[in-house]
Amino acid sequence: MSAVAEQGRAAGRRESVAGLPPAGIRFLSVMVGLVAWEAYGRALHSVIFTYPSAVVRAGYELIVSGELQFYLKSSVIVLSLGLVLAIVLGIPLGILMGRRAVIEHAVDPYVNALYATPLVAVIPVIVVWLGFQTKAKVVLVFLFCIFPILINTYQGVKNTDSRLVEVARSFCSKEWRLWRDLILPSSAPFILAGIRLAIGRGLIGMVVAEFYTTITGLGYMIVQYANTFRMDRLFVPVVVLMIMGVVLTGVLRHLERRIAPWLYVAREE
Amino acid sequence: MVAIKQVSKSFGASRTEALQACTLDVPAHEILCVIGPSGCGKTTLLRIVDGLIRADRGQVFVNETEVTAPRPDVAMVFQHFGLLPWKTVYDNVAYGLRVQGRADADLADAVSRYIDLIGLRGFEKNYPYQLSGGMQQRVGLARALAVNPEVLLMDEPFGSLDAQTRELMQEELLRVWRSQPKTMLFVTHSIDEAVILGDRVALMTRRPGRVKEILEVGIARPRDPETVRRSTRYLELREHIWHQLKVEVVGGNGQ
Repeated sequence: MSAVAEQGRAAGRRESVAGLPPAGIRFLSVMVGLVAWEAYGRALHSVIFTYPSAVVRAGYELIVSGELQFYLKSSVIVLSLGLVLAIVLGIPLGILMGRRAVIEHAVDPYVNALYATPLVAVIPVIVVWLGFQTKAKVVLVFLFCIFPILINTYQGVKNTDSRLVEVARSFCSKEWRLWRDLILPSSAPFILAGIRLAIGRGLIGMVVAEFYTTITGLGYMIVQYANTFRMDRLFVPVVVLMIMGVVLTGVLRHLERRIAPWLYVAREE
Repeated sequence: MVAIKQVSKSFGASRTEALQACTLDVPAHEILCVIGPSGCGKTTLLRIVDGLIRADRGQVFVNETEVTAPRPDVAMVFQHFGLLPWKTVYDNVAYGLRVQGRADADLADAVSRYIDLIGLRGFEKNYPYQLSGGMQQRVGLARALAVNPEVLLMDEPFGSLDAQTRELMQEELLRVWRSQPKTMLFVTHSIDEAVILGDRVALMTRRPGRVKEILEVGIARPRDPETVRRSTRYLELREHIWHQLKVEVVGGNGQ
């Protein structure tokens, strides 16, 4: 009798720990990580190590002096220009590839070859051709961003329900009208997923471009503070990049779920 | 109104023959039901009449002009409904008119009229995935009627509905047809449906599909499906069609 009660209590305890909401578990995990880092960093007393409170203090100094905003602004400009360019060119080209066999086969080898190439390898080439300024960096971010967008759009178009294409033809739809009514909405979830992937790659492209090129941007900040062993300051742009990545991809994920509610009906029922 | 003349069609590298010299005439305001075993080319025939695919041989005329591409005076209702999932009921019904370039203000009247006719009032802002199968096909029917076609092509429109919904939709279609007596080519594999709805029933052979026999239903309109099902003419036709069809189905399975 008491053994059963004991078992019940044990089960209850286990349940209450596992019963924490996922958000609670995540929050706790991050807290434990930060505290452990802080304790270890303070105990170590090393110039090549730092800890969270020092990073926060460094971040405050860099914001007060305006340095962080200055470098962040130039990075954000580069990222936005490259990303927008990739979206504006990638989506129509992806649709064309999906709808016209000639274009599909003509563009395919370039896309495949360039997508498979580690783009870091072409940075010196871009620098030689385009110099060290914003233009070179925008082109690099563009190159990092365009392939996921192009390929996902193409896949989305190819995935369009051919029966619906026939419905559109039956109602005498013109090709451009078909893009608007059918192709774009049906591939929108694919395109958004492509943009989400592109943002991740774009951030990499941006930082690497800044390592190699001009004396500005978050990437430059990282190099500069690494060279002078200011580890607390070095982590500030790293944390900012992390936040940018998490927030931007989070927003895109949210949009993906909102844009095609019909895809989630089966799951809800 | 619709004249199908010696239409043949083959598919694929092996040139499998789907249709062989099909000839059918549908006078204006008639419902012609086409029935045959699965894979006999019924749907292929409809797609040719709609201009979605071209016949290898033979011609199709609608209103004395040859069909070479989809045209606005012919509309189709699909077995898979074919609704755009990202558009509301209203926008789905308006779809055909918008594609024809009609302005929003101009088409509002027509759209609400057909939404009323088909019993969808109150669901205009719903999305297809929020509706039952029967309701979705009502939208499909309203969309086809909204372009005010002279010919309606029905490709097993109630084939994917459950039995009860199907009977309700047949009654609904008869009611709609009384106010909008369109020329209709109605493909089905249900003998019951063919007799309830059709003025005539065209029986097709197994692949390659040919027209085997054309039967006059000869049951007066307006029809009440329940009364029709009790009539001797219905039972007689049903038995005759089943005997003819059975030969085709059994022979087809033996191949």
